[in-house]
Order: sequence, then C-alpha cells, then structure tokens
Amino acid sequence: MRHRKIGRRLSRTWSHRKAMFRNLVTSLLDREQIITTEAKAKELRRVAERMITLGKRGTPHARRQALSYIRGTRVVSKLFEELAPRYRDRPGGYTRIIKLGPRRGDNAPEAMIELVAREKEKAKKAPPEKAKKKTSAAAAASGKKAKAPAKKQKK
Amino acid sequence: MPLPKRKTSKCRRDKRRTHDALRAPNLVPCPNCAEKILPHRMCPHCGYYKGRAIKEVEERKT
Ligand SMILES: [Zn+2]
Repeated sequence: MRHRKIGRRLSRTWSHRKAMFRNLVTSLLDREQIITTEAKAKELRRVAERMITLGKRGTPHARRQALSYIRGTRVVSKLFEELAPRYRDRPGGYTRIIKLGPRRGDNAPEAMIELVAREKEKAKKAPPEKAKKKTSAAAAASGKKAKAPAKKQKK
Repeated sequence: MPLPKRKTSKCRRDKRRTHDALRAPNLVPCPNCAEKILPHRMCPHCGYYKGRAIKEVEERKT
C-alpha cells in the first residue's frame, strides 16, 4: 500500500526514475527552462530545489554531493558559481511551473518548469544581445502580421 | 462459470447510467486574446500566461 508515501512512481522502476530525474534536473539547471509533463515537472521541483540548496551551501562536501547526482561538472560549476549567488536571499521556491495543456500525440498534460528570477539576470547580463533578438523577432513578426489579417478576414 | 440469471432490464440499465453524464469543461476568456481557454494554463492560441509570452504559437493553416 502506498498510504502516506510521498512522491509519484511515474510507472518506472526506482533506478529508471532516478536516472530520469538526474537527466531532468541537469537539463533544468543547464537550460533554466524545460518542457515536460505536468507530473514530472511537479516531481522535479523537489529534486531541483534540493540541488540549489546544495549550491547555496557551497561547501566542498555539498559540491561532491551535487556532483554525485548532476551529470557533468559544467552544470555543477554553474550551480555553485552562478545560481547560488542568484538565490542567496531567496528562502526556497526557486522554480515555477506553468501548465501548457495537453500534448499532441498522447494527450498528456504538459508543463513548463523554469528557474525563477531569470528575467532580471538576463536583463543585467546582456542588453545588447536582447536588442539583436528583438530585431530578428520583429522581422519574424512582420512576416506573421502579413498572414494574420488574411486569417481575420476568413473569420 | 457464474452467469447472469436475467437480462438486465431497460429500466435497470438506464438507472445505472444516471451518473454517466459528461460535464462541459469550464472555459474562461483569455485575458490577452479573448479566446476561450482552460483556466490556469497557458493560452494555446496566443501562448500567453499572466501577461507574458511563454511559448511562441505558430500560425496554423486553416
Ligand atoms: Zn490568448
């Protein structure tokens, strides 16, 4: 019986589940925003918050603990050098989940999970890069706008 | 093998089905594009949630 046992099994064996969450948390810390199913996202929160807490602790032992879970030294370095200072004054709640609706193909409810307070960091880091992106986005938007009125007329 | 002794009457069958009715999903207007959407989710029509674009939605061929 699973009475009062926390966590989802996600139809996987323990080792399969563990391997999957190691992959997911590595991707999340690396990319800062990933799309997965709602159930996996909700379960991933637990793992991701624990990893960021390790990063904030910053001790050699914490680093070894993180290395034993996260795949790859690059992401661990990022966690300790970039993410830890970002969340220094935040007492938990480093992730945000936004539901995206059912997935095409198997109708599984999808969600986007991201690290919070990322927008500020981006603005601080690279305003010239953003300007570049905007111009390319504007070019794409103008192409879209050409299509949009046609659609409205149909309606 | 155990078998049903009697055919299920229309009355009994229909009474069983009184709880089978489906309910319409609760749709709310998207604050960005006013399309009807499921609450607490990104709008699948414009990709917005809580005032920001989450995902770019490509134009679909109609
Ligand atoms: Zn919308």
